[in-house]
Amino acid sequence: MQAQGDVLHIVTPDAVAPGRRRLGRAMMRGGALLFAAMALAQALDAGGVVEIGFANWRPTLYAYLAFCVLLCWGQALARGEQGRRALFVLPAALFVLAMVVFPLLFGLSIAFSDWNLASAQGRSFNGVENLRLMWADPFYWNAMTNMVWYCLAILVEYAIAFGLALMLNSEIRARRFFRVAFLLPLMLSPVAVSWMVGKSMMETRFGPVARLARELGWDNPAFFSDPAIARAAIMIMDGWTWIPLMMVILLAGLQSLDKSVLEAAKVDGAGPWTTFREVIFPLMLPVTITALLIRLIFKLKLADIVITVTAGGPGGATDSVTSFIFREYRDRSNVGYGTMLAMFYLVVIVVAITVLMKLANRGLRREM
Amino acid sequence: MTAVEMNAGRNAPPRLRRRLSRVAIYGALALWAFICLFPIFWTLTTSFKAAPNVMQGDILPWLEFTPDWRGWRSLGLSPETILGPSTPREEFLKRFVNSLIVSVSASALAVTLGSLAAYGLSRFSYRFGPMRNPDISFFFLSQLILPPVVLALPFLVLYREMALLDTQIGLILLYALTVLPIVIWIMRDQFSAVPVELEEAAMVDGLSVWGAFAQIVLPIVLPGMVSAFLLSLVLCWNEYFFAALLTSTHANTLPVMVASQTGSQGINWWSMAALSTAAIAPLLAMAIVLERYIVQGMAAGAVK
Repeated sequence: MQAQGDVLHIVTPDAVAPGRRRLGRAMMRGGALLFAAMALAQALDAGGVVEIGFANWRPTLYAYLAFCVLLCWGQALARGEQGRRALFVLPAALFVLAMVVFPLLFGLSIAFSDWNLASAQGRSFNGVENLRLMWADPFYWNAMTNMVWYCLAILVEYAIAFGLALMLNSEIRARRFFRVAFLLPLMLSPVAVSWMVGKSMMETRFGPVARLARELGWDNPAFFSDPAIARAAIMIMDGWTWIPLMMVILLAGLQSLDKSVLEAAKVDGAGPWTTFREVIFPLMLPVTITALLIRLIFKLKLADIVITVTAGGPGGATDSVTSFIFREYRDRSNVGYGTMLAMFYLVVIVVAITVLMKLANRGLRREM
Repeated sequence: MTAVEMNAGRNAPPRLRRRLSRVAIYGALALWAFICLFPIFWTLTTSFKAAPNVMQGDILPWLEFTPDWRGWRSLGLSPETILGPSTPREEFLKRFVNSLIVSVSASALAVTLGSLAAYGLSRFSYRFGPMRNPDISFFFLSQLILPPVVLALPFLVLYREMALLDTQIGLILLYALTVLPIVIWIMRDQFSAVPVELEEAAMVDGLSVWGAFAQIVLPIVLPGMVSAFLLSLVLCWNEYFFAALLTSTHANTLPVMVASQTGSQGINWWSMAALSTAAIAPLLAMAIVLERYIVQGMAAGAVK
């Protein structure tokens, strides 16, 4: 993306009549003023300084909406062509501002307070007490360790997805059938998968997976009582649904490979394994990194299957951070502590992904 | 691939070697197709099984057990109950409609906001304070790594204060937010593939910036928008975490209903199977018909 100068050059008579400019500015200021006044009035009302009697905070929400409309309209009026261009990005920016930036700041203030939604007394600031609690919470760190295991499982998923992509890219019949069939698991909701696979097919007495395991000589197949096996079962279900995503990305990468390079390898007499190791795999590195990164992002959100199949058990062996915080709220209504856990998780994720991307970039540059 | 295989035949006769590798490839493909399809087949058939069939683990319909509309009857969706009144069916339809409204509206909202933003970012240079185009793009795309759990509890409190808990509009806003970065990611590629000369020509002919966008660019990128919409639809339809946290009686979606059935009561296999089948059927049908668009959306941006 360019830093200066528009890609789309247009010469427009950019003269905005002073009247329109004044009107536009007045609309923007008025909108901001309306929003600020409404928020202030509600805050004073909630703080008990003045008695207005708002039932909820919706008026502030409406005031924000009005502010957004007035701001966009005012931009178009006051800044002419430039303003109309800003209208492309402004709605999304205002939306994200209200839906992410504000809740994050609000969440930060919750994170440093003792707030139980179930108890009668409201929120009270307690400084770093939540951090101290978190540090000493073995279940949270257990969930964090589990996440490391879950993330490592991505490598296995990647190997399978790459194999599938290679096969789909070779000359086969009924390619469309296989492509659709391989895509289908991604369409299923994790909750449905947890019933279909976790609760029914892995049912110990008559589930088909359990029966197959018995045929293969495992006398008493119980998938969710041994910690390691339970974790593996969750990994398999999660992997099963998400492998198609990596497969599609890798397949697109394979299809965009330069055919002449492959031809050259063939002329040089390289066998399939050598071609893969020396040509295809290095050329696919950038796509690999994208696929792994996208998968990692989705893996870090893992929760639905854990919540619905094992609820974190046995003994927290399958807990993901998200499912742990979910139960922390569901069972104890502990909003303050839960938010602190989530915020810390976010920090860990941001640091980890930044480091990974730096490493990946450096690795790629050395490859090139 | 075939030529590569022929070259590999150094120690075995090429013909035999090649045939073996074909068998291996088709074997692996068939095995994975089985792994992908069997759970769906199992769920579909279980909805037609009676208790003894479930206990015996019968798999093949007509050969091992006689299909019966059992599961669908308990949902009120079998041929003989579909016309009569049925409480479970009303409950199911309510959740189904909720899911439909929420996922379609959220996807539409995200595609609208996201396409506009992606177009603006690919054509004009902006400056919002210290932020220039790359920073603004990063601002949008970085939302992708935000795990939902970080927003969940603040939203719970905010929605409670704004009386948005257990409402469709509350879920729509949140879902639109979660898929917005994906839409922008896909649409950015789509717009940068459209030659700028087209719009310049349109503007010379007297169209405004928005006119050129609506009349010239939008029709070209429509397939890309469809992919972005479908991908958003899949993610929103299947979302469980926010729905479980923020809805209780009015606005809960199908995944919440499916999850709540598995818990307390002794598992009622056939009705659970029917419910699961009904919950996944729309997306399965969509995937089979519109596979090309969905794949296109997922592959977008991955390959430069």
